[in-house]
Amino acid sequence: MAQAQEAQDVVLRLSGITKRFGALTANDAISFSLARGEVVALLGENGAGKTTLMNILFGHYTADAGTVEVFGQPLPPGLPGAALAAGVGMVHQHFTLSGNMTVLENILLGTAPLWRPGLGRAAARRRVEQLSRDFGLAVHPDARVATLSVGERQRVEILKALYRDARILILDEPTAVLTPQESDALFETLRKAVAQGLSVIFISHKLHEVMAASSRVLVLRHGRLVGEVPTAETDRHQLAALMVGAEITPPAPAEARPGATLLTLKNVSTPTRGNRTGLRGIDLELKAGQILGLAGVSGNGQGALADLLSGLETPSAGIMELAGTEVTTWTPRDALQARIGRIPEDRHKTGTIADFTLTENAVLERYAQPPVARRGWMDWSAARRAAEQIIESYDVRCPGPDTRIRLLSGGNMQKLILGRVLGAQPRIILANQPVRGLDIGAVTYVQERLIAARDAGAAVLLISEDLDEVLTLSDVVRVICEGRLSPEFPRGSKTPAELGQWMAGQGFSDAA
Amino acid sequence: MTEIIDILISASFWAAVLRIASPLIFATLGELICERAGVLNLGIEGIMVFGAFAGWMAVYAGFGLWPGVLVALLAGMAFGALHALLTVPFGLSQHVVGLGITMLATSSAYYAYRLALPEVTSPPRIDPFQPLHIPVLSDIPWLGQALFSQTALTWAAFGCAALVALVLYRTPLGLAVRAAGENPQAVEAQGLSVAAIRMGAVIVGSGLMAVGGAFLTMSAFSSFFFEMVNGRGWICIALVVFGAWKPGKALLGALLFAGFDALQIRLQQTPMGQLVPYQVFLMIPYVLSILALILMSRRAEVPAALMTPFNRGER
Repeated sequence: MAQAQEAQDVVLRLSGITKRFGALTANDAISFSLARGEVVALLGENGAGKTTLMNILFGHYTADAGTVEVFGQPLPPGLPGAALAAGVGMVHQHFTLSGNMTVLENILLGTAPLWRPGLGRAAARRRVEQLSRDFGLAVHPDARVATLSVGERQRVEILKALYRDARILILDEPTAVLTPQESDALFETLRKAVAQGLSVIFISHKLHEVMAASSRVLVLRHGRLVGEVPTAETDRHQLAALMVGAEITPPAPAEARPGATLLTLKNVSTPTRGNRTGLRGIDLELKAGQILGLAGVSGNGQGALADLLSGLETPSAGIMELAGTEVTTWTPRDALQARIGRIPEDRHKTGTIADFTLTENAVLERYAQPPVARRGWMDWSAARRAAEQIIESYDVRCPGPDTRIRLLSGGNMQKLILGRVLGAQPRIILANQPVRGLDIGAVTYVQERLIAARDAGAAVLLISEDLDEVLTLSDVVRVICEGRLSPEFPRGSKTPAELGQWMAGQGFSDAA
Repeated sequence: MTEIIDILISASFWAAVLRIASPLIFATLGELICERAGVLNLGIEGIMVFGAFAGWMAVYAGFGLWPGVLVALLAGMAFGALHALLTVPFGLSQHVVGLGITMLATSSAYYAYRLALPEVTSPPRIDPFQPLHIPVLSDIPWLGQALFSQTALTWAAFGCAALVALVLYRTPLGLAVRAAGENPQAVEAQGLSVAAIRMGAVIVGSGLMAVGGAFLTMSAFSSFFFEMVNGRGWICIALVVFGAWKPGKALLGALLFAGFDALQIRLQQTPMGQLVPYQVFLMIPYVLSILALILMSRRAEVPAALMTPFNRGER
């Protein structure tokens, strides 16, 4: 009896879904079902195959094997239109909205037969307003999407699905772009949806969300379904272990043995550009074998400092010395040749070239030096060997060195950058938000590598908005606020609350 | 100065403006439809040449005038289909394909002309569209001659502008076309076929370009000359930008350009024309167009996915 009841309540069933991209098996015979009114979290590291699986379900990709059934009916593969008609709605991680159009137009797109005269805006507007009220999705129907905040855009995406009477809602990393308050509002909306009989699948790699919002957790690892547990019967620790395939222990760096001062900034200022804060007369010393953690709220001069160290910015006042030699007006090339390793803040924009291969990206910073270049000619087999070595030593999961880097997940992209930086034996490492957007496994990995580089004698400047990260890794902490630097605080000398006050601007001598 | 005023108050000047604008309006609308769907169609110049030839040849071969327009339309759509096939499902460079189509269509027209009329020295004439006499309106003094002495094809050009605006902004189809040029992923995610929408837009747009060409041989003049399109297609590309990808503004741009063109022709015949080389006058509409383009298109919103091919299932 219970069996029959269960069968009736199943709204979605995936059986044996397999999908390969070249040599990479993104989904390997994945089967699961979803019941009415259930919130299932799809958990897994970057590159585990979560998004691929949902894209197959929604018809963006066609599976190499396996079937999808919605409300007992097989879903024809590869047709988003069929998925929509069957009651499946998807909120993509990268929103599928047209910025130049209004909210209402975005929602209406594709909902009426194309050859009909008139858009039926009035009736549609009433319906959208009704849905907005019912589900707590406040957004103005006539606003241009380009003017909306990220949180509002996500509400439009959800409204798009609800407007089409979706019964199954898929959300791909819905909180990746939201503030904590917006995330809470989102989960409130999902609770309302579930109360009305919708079923929800949401993709995440944030354990606390999964614990808070789901009723069941599916864990994917390397394209396989490795765990399926009711949320009530598990905990963060177990989920993390399932996700990574091993117990996670946060890195615990040994005592640092600082050496000589490598880089000195004396009373350096930089101009404020647009809405990017400049530096205001800072002094800074980076010592070999030491991690200096820079805490601070984003936009307080971190960008200017990072650019300064990579040669992209020149001080308007003050001097900068590298091991006793003045380098105040150096260029990015000078910085590279002085063995400054840069892990840039935005790995997509400034860290890699999306449509270049892994090989090309791996040698971007030393393309003109041996062994990659000889007498002005590229030696591609040497470049390829360099890329293969990074892929091997840094566990970059990819089909091969000839893959375009845009196909890699964020974590794997970051591992390649890390390999590029550390492979050049840098004297100074500028790590700007090195673990932003990475999953636990990758975070631990990157952090351990940075500690190892420190132990090998590199000076590390770690810029992070995550106070926990700064406190875990840094031998010395400084706080940046409005372009000024706090004094150095040795490890363990300040509590997070005390640092928080510095981050808010209290304690600076010229505090206004 | 008084010469310019004399020109501006003459009814024939305004009639000429509308006449010169008509082919530009058709072709600009055609290009606008293509670009709104996300495809730059540089085949426009050649498609206009072929349209001019096809419409004229059809009439010469015994078809009526309207069937001749239909022939031009269909010929344009055929070239559009080729362009769409190469740029949409195959995702080839829109610049290269467009220029290739222009060369192919132009040469095809000249070749077909030589095949059909191997031994003529001057091209035969057809009976072109005649100005429509509209009761009451055409009889108003001055105004009737200035505005209401146009051929049916000119009225069709203005009708087309209204129709394109209506479809683009007031129908689900238009919404889908605009979205295909803004964010094809959004179109795909809403269950529509980006490829079908884009190909359809390119085919229809190319048809309109050919009608614009046919206007030259079937309404403005009465026979087909080599080089008669003379860069009008390229002007239309600029007019789309000038019009900020909006049909109403594009229409305005076509009229403005036609105005400058009509003005320069008349200025050549004034005493000033005796002093200044005529090439300077020929230059006027282009120079003014560039200035207008700079002023008008600064804040224009380019379709965000213009010239970006869309491949399903690609990450």
